[in-house]
Amino acid sequence: MLDRRRLLAGTAATAATFGAGSLLSPIHALAETITLPFENGERPMVKYPQKRPMILQTSRPPQLETPFSVYNEGIITPNDAFFVRYHLADIPLEIDPDKFSVEVKGKVDKPLKLSLADIKKMPSVEIVAVTQCSGNSRGFSTPRVAGGQSGNGAMGNARWKGVPLKTVLDKAGVQAGAKQVVFNGMDGPVSDKTPDFAKALDLDHARDGEVMLAYAMNGENLPMLNGFPLRLVVPGYYGTYWVKHLNEITVIDSVYDNFWMKTAYRIPDNDCNCVEPGTAPKATIPINRFTVRSFITNVRDGAKVKAGETRLRGIAFDGGKGIKEVVVSTDGGKTWLPTKLGKNLGNYSFREWQATVKLPAGNHELKVRATSNDGKTQPMEALWNPAGYLRNVVETVRVTAA
Amino acid sequence: MQTSKRIAAIALALLAGAGLSVIAQAKPVKITLPEETATFKPGTNRDVVMNNCTACHSSDYIQTQPRGPKFKKDFWTAEVNKMIKVYGAPIDDADIGKIVDYLTENY
Repeated sequence: MLDRRRLLAGTAATAATFGAGSLLSPIHALAETITLPFENGERPMVKYPQKRPMILQTSRPPQLETPFSVYNEGIITPNDAFFVRYHLADIPLEIDPDKFSVEVKGKVDKPLKLSLADIKKMPSVEIVAVTQCSGNSRGFSTPRVAGGQSGNGAMGNARWKGVPLKTVLDKAGVQAGAKQVVFNGMDGPVSDKTPDFAKALDLDHARDGEVMLAYAMNGENLPMLNGFPLRLVVPGYYGTYWVKHLNEITVIDSVYDNFWMKTAYRIPDNDCNCVEPGTAPKATIPINRFTVRSFITNVRDGAKVKAGETRLRGIAFDGGKGIKEVVVSTDGGKTWLPTKLGKNLGNYSFREWQATVKLPAGNHELKVRATSNDGKTQPMEALWNPAGYLRNVVETVRVTAA
Repeated sequence: MQTSKRIAAIALALLAGAGLSVIAQAKPVKITLPEETATFKPGTNRDVVMNNCTACHSSDYIQTQPRGPKFKKDFWTAEVNKMIKVYGAPIDDADIGKIVDYLTENY
């Protein structure tokens, strides 16, 4: 299926750009496909520039999913394994950072045009934060819904470095009556009839001091496909707001109503943000903060383990309150055992958890459930909405001990 | 003690990273994407689909959608209409039926 020459070419291009050869043989990458655990889940593993082989969801525009085993490597997701999601196919493939600039305009006293060097001269901040695609795990939605059919790998946790958006907005001087801030990046549509991808945040949110213009990710420049040289970081919020290749910031005195805010990326406007499967919500609101989630990362579904003591390990995160507790079950959720939380890298980060459980010979249903500091927890049965967003059901891993 | 060592190590790593990024900053970054390998399945009106759909997206957008009785004619009609009404795809009325039929038959 995959053309060997093309993969070789891709690898050579990466090596040329970074001056470092890939440790993975392209032939190894060539043969691989992965089957996500839902119907029609087979995907090729493909190596993109600055990336290790990733799960190819779509090639144009590129959507790459992180292989789930990466989340067991550590709580920081490496740049070369970080998921990629674009909406529109006219994406930048060549950027000269010395010529790059971001405009700040609209309802401001002093419109700005800041070069990357200007931004790097400002006092910097760092935050460890998860970004997660709104459609992460959509492939598990039951009943299934249209859209990108991701497994659980459209999320990642990185240490972002940049300047607070507040600093930049204050420098420009936001005028009285301003309501929202609109973010646009260099990626755009192929046809001028297609709505350009742009997103908006309320002014108070934009000025909260945490929303950031990030130029570094895990101590390096952003990979091109993750928004080089500058992207918006909106801690706790779904990835749709984390505009890549950010070059236009516009302060407006209305509520932004383009397709990407008004029609797409909406969730039911009720307590559970859910509806009866297969039905439509009465009213919707823009998607916003992550729901609380947790995963077992060191044991795969269907694994065989040695009977006796087994160490379980995984990650948990939420929309910014932080993780209070993670519990595990070895009997399908009848009883729950405590786990030990790992180092706290902040409320927006993945939080590691560990537990040692006893698994006598036989089949076991392992479950994991996190509770955030505001008391929110994960449902035992999946909630449903028409776009397949916000999935946070208690995950199950079936193992056989022998 | 161990923690402070680790913090120092992280700080050094960050400094090193910052140094590198300054050097790298002077250099334009250019990437070349792997060529598309996914293709539309053979079938009647495949050419119409190729002409109307591939300017904006690759065929794996279709290939990866859910399968089954609920993902047939109504599903593909809604998707094609979304492409026209929401994304502004310039599809002739005469082609809509052909595209829907091809997608329903082959996916």
